[in-house]
Amino acid sequence: MKVSLTGSLRSAAGGVDSIDIVAEDIRELLTKVLERYPRMEEHMDTGIAVSINGEIYRDNWGEKIPQDAEVFLLPRLQGG
Amino acid sequence: MAHDTSFTNQDFKVVGTRVNRPDGVDKVTGRAKYGADLSAPGQLVGLFLRSPHAHARITKIDTSRAEKLSGVKAIITSADLPDLTGGRQIDVLENCMARDRALYDGHAVAAVAAIDQQTAKKALKLIKVSYEILPHVTDVDEAMKTSAPVIKDNIFTSGVDPKPKKPSNVSKVSEFGHGDIEAGFKAADVIIEKSYKTEQTHQGYIEPHACLATVGPDGAGELWVTTQGHYTYRTVCAALLGMDIAKLKVTSSEIGGGFGGKTHVWVEPIALALSRKANRPVKVVMTRDEVFRATGPTCSTSMDIKIGAKKDGTITAASSVLRYQNGAFPATWAMLGAMTSWACYDLKNVHSIGYDVLCNRPKTAAYRAPSAPMAAFGVESTMDLVAAEIGMNPVDFRIKNAAKEGTRASYGPTYGPIGIGPTLEAAKNHPHMRAKLGKNQGRGMACGFWFNFGGQTCTDLNIGSDGTVNLAIGTVDVGGARASMSLIAAEELGIPYEQVKAHVADTSSLGHNDTTEGSRGTFSSGMATIFAARDAIEELRKRAAKMWGIPLEAVEWAEGEARAVGSEHGNLPALSLADIAKRAASTGGPIAGHNEVVADGAGVSFASHICDIEVDPETGGTKVIRYTVIQDAGKAIHPDYVEGQFQGGAAQGIGWALNEEYIYGDDGRLQNSGFLDYRIPVCSDLPFIDTKILEIPNPNHPYGVRGVGETSIVPPLAAIGNALSNAAGVRMDHVPMSPPRILKAIEEANG
Repeated sequence: MKVSLTGSLRSAAGGVDSIDIVAEDIRELLTKVLERYPRMEEHMDTGIAVSINGEIYRDNWGEKIPQDAEVFLLPRLQGG
Repeated sequence: MAHDTSFTNQDFKVVGTRVNRPDGVDKVTGRAKYGADLSAPGQLVGLFLRSPHAHARITKIDTSRAEKLSGVKAIITSADLPDLTGGRQIDVLENCMARDRALYDGHAVAAVAAIDQQTAKKALKLIKVSYEILPHVTDVDEAMKTSAPVIKDNIFTSGVDPKPKKPSNVSKVSEFGHGDIEAGFKAADVIIEKSYKTEQTHQGYIEPHACLATVGPDGAGELWVTTQGHYTYRTVCAALLGMDIAKLKVTSSEIGGGFGGKTHVWVEPIALALSRKANRPVKVVMTRDEVFRATGPTCSTSMDIKIGAKKDGTITAASSVLRYQNGAFPATWAMLGAMTSWACYDLKNVHSIGYDVLCNRPKTAAYRAPSAPMAAFGVESTMDLVAAEIGMNPVDFRIKNAAKEGTRASYGPTYGPIGIGPTLEAAKNHPHMRAKLGKNQGRGMACGFWFNFGGQTCTDLNIGSDGTVNLAIGTVDVGGARASMSLIAAEELGIPYEQVKAHVADTSSLGHNDTTEGSRGTFSSGMATIFAARDAIEELRKRAAKMWGIPLEAVEWAEGEARAVGSEHGNLPALSLADIAKRAASTGGPIAGHNEVVADGAGVSFASHICDIEVDPETGGTKVIRYTVIQDAGKAIHPDYVEGQFQGGAAQGIGWALNEEYIYGDDGRLQNSGFLDYRIPVCSDLPFIDTKILEIPNPNHPYGVRGVGETSIVPPLAAIGNALSNAAGVRMDHVPMSPPRILKAIEEANG
């Protein structure tokens, strides 16, 4: 599936704005992203959120990713 | 057990009604206990010594004379606070207590615990700190220059490739967007480009930070504290002090406002450290001066906004360059501003870039939809300029370009069902838009967006032997959580609201609950309460089946009672919740429901605001005549509270727009650290703020709930700027739009 990268995450992936990865859930996705792009480690510390079909998931790494889903990696967000 | 979180479009009996709030009597009689209201036998007073310099190396701290003072029981400096987190929380630790350098005026350098306030104050005076004053910088644009003093020599700009080799005050660069921005601007008939500045503001909560900390020689401790997240405070304090999480019990007091400022620790770890050293309870209550100088205000910013549009009103390109100062420690507020800048609009070509910058100011914190109000000020002001340039009504211009389901958001993902279009249509048709304006009066409007979040949540529902229900939630009640959760529990169980009593449980009583931020309270705790109630209903059905001696399949739950169904058992009289609870001991023991959930899919929310303002052209003084908030809530569990959130956000935005700012001297010291000179709105400053709640259900919540608490602080800065422009004929580009700035703009316009 195509996984789009946003913001400063792109520089950790060599500047590309999307990558192709096969994953069934968020945990598998992030594990594979880290294996492929070790520089993503610095963003894992501050947090990465995953958008699946427009819904943002900050914590639930067990969330399943449908095969045809629109997937974005975003920086982890917070409110006030 | 997995639960279905999808929206069910059900009819409600109690949810959506305006019941009495459960904390009202306590709060108006003074019975409610806030952070400073708890005391313990033998407690000590904790006070802090703070740097009078904006930037200085600490060459020596001599506490010997203070330690000898009778009545002083403990003194803490950074020497007592090794980093036990392997660097992961070093910024938090260093902000709580300066290490080798004081990084801002007000930065704590030592703390004292003594038998009374007088002794503690004397002790502070006896502590001798030697400083080597360093050059400082407090302005965001100045801090970005290569000539600026570098605040932290271990910060290298992230988000750029290749990784820089020199340290910088720019801690992060973040870019978002899609399309071809250059082609988009080339295709425009009209391009407006303008720069804006917004000054630093504080959340302005009336209740200062306060806590009572007790740590014993066995390594166990208790913390009573005003906070938006007592579980998070527990985690952070335990990590900083090397305590086991389970041995630190944190209880959240009533909270007199937080708005993001109480999502971080400030004095609490030091209070615990003092208590551990003194082996006595220590109470710390910040003064207002300390709150302004040494907690977490929001960022000051400067930004450049550019919009290109065709004559028919279609926006062809939009870009924002945002510079946010984060105080003396790296953060990602400009990143958030870059993400929210253009979120209201459907744009083929859009680009936003955010620079997060360090300077010698306090460590910034979230302030209600953090980062979004400032970006919205620039964007929404420029939207009005473009509309005027092409001769289009500003509401129609926004409607034409509004994001909708299927729009690709400027920050990346595609929107599901959203409310920006409906809020704009509601604004266009609102009676406020047709009200007559008088001399020197003008009307403006603006839109706003916020994300809303979910997170880890845990809820316990326990049924008493009389059928009344205790609900233990972990979400601090900042805006009606106890009332809303009680309504939800009552709805699910089918019992009167008055039979449910909710309380905010301490950290020993429930699993982890994330901080009440990101407008997550009703969404997350609501979801957990629904499922805890359904869990309890399953148990109630089982008990009824036992009491009747019939199969479980023959028992259904409806309207607060168990009913036997089917031809064989349907004639049995129903059992009420109280009937079943009364016999709990003989049917299996206490009856409870429980849920832990990581709530996600909170759904974004939008607002449109309308503002009428009157300007005195001789003084620059302003008066807000009328104000209307229209916002999508998904489902308003308790409409009074939802309206209250709309009004509160608007009131804070109005203060921010017209008066509030941190004023720094050339010496880098804060000049106005009190409410006399930092002017927040009071009741007599504002009209009644009118509200309209729209309910476009969130498909990812059983009741359709969206977060509501933050979005309404986003539009006011620009709504007021746009109204001012129409009232006085001047375009303000510097917030706050205070009387001196307005007067100067009017005088310059008049030549």
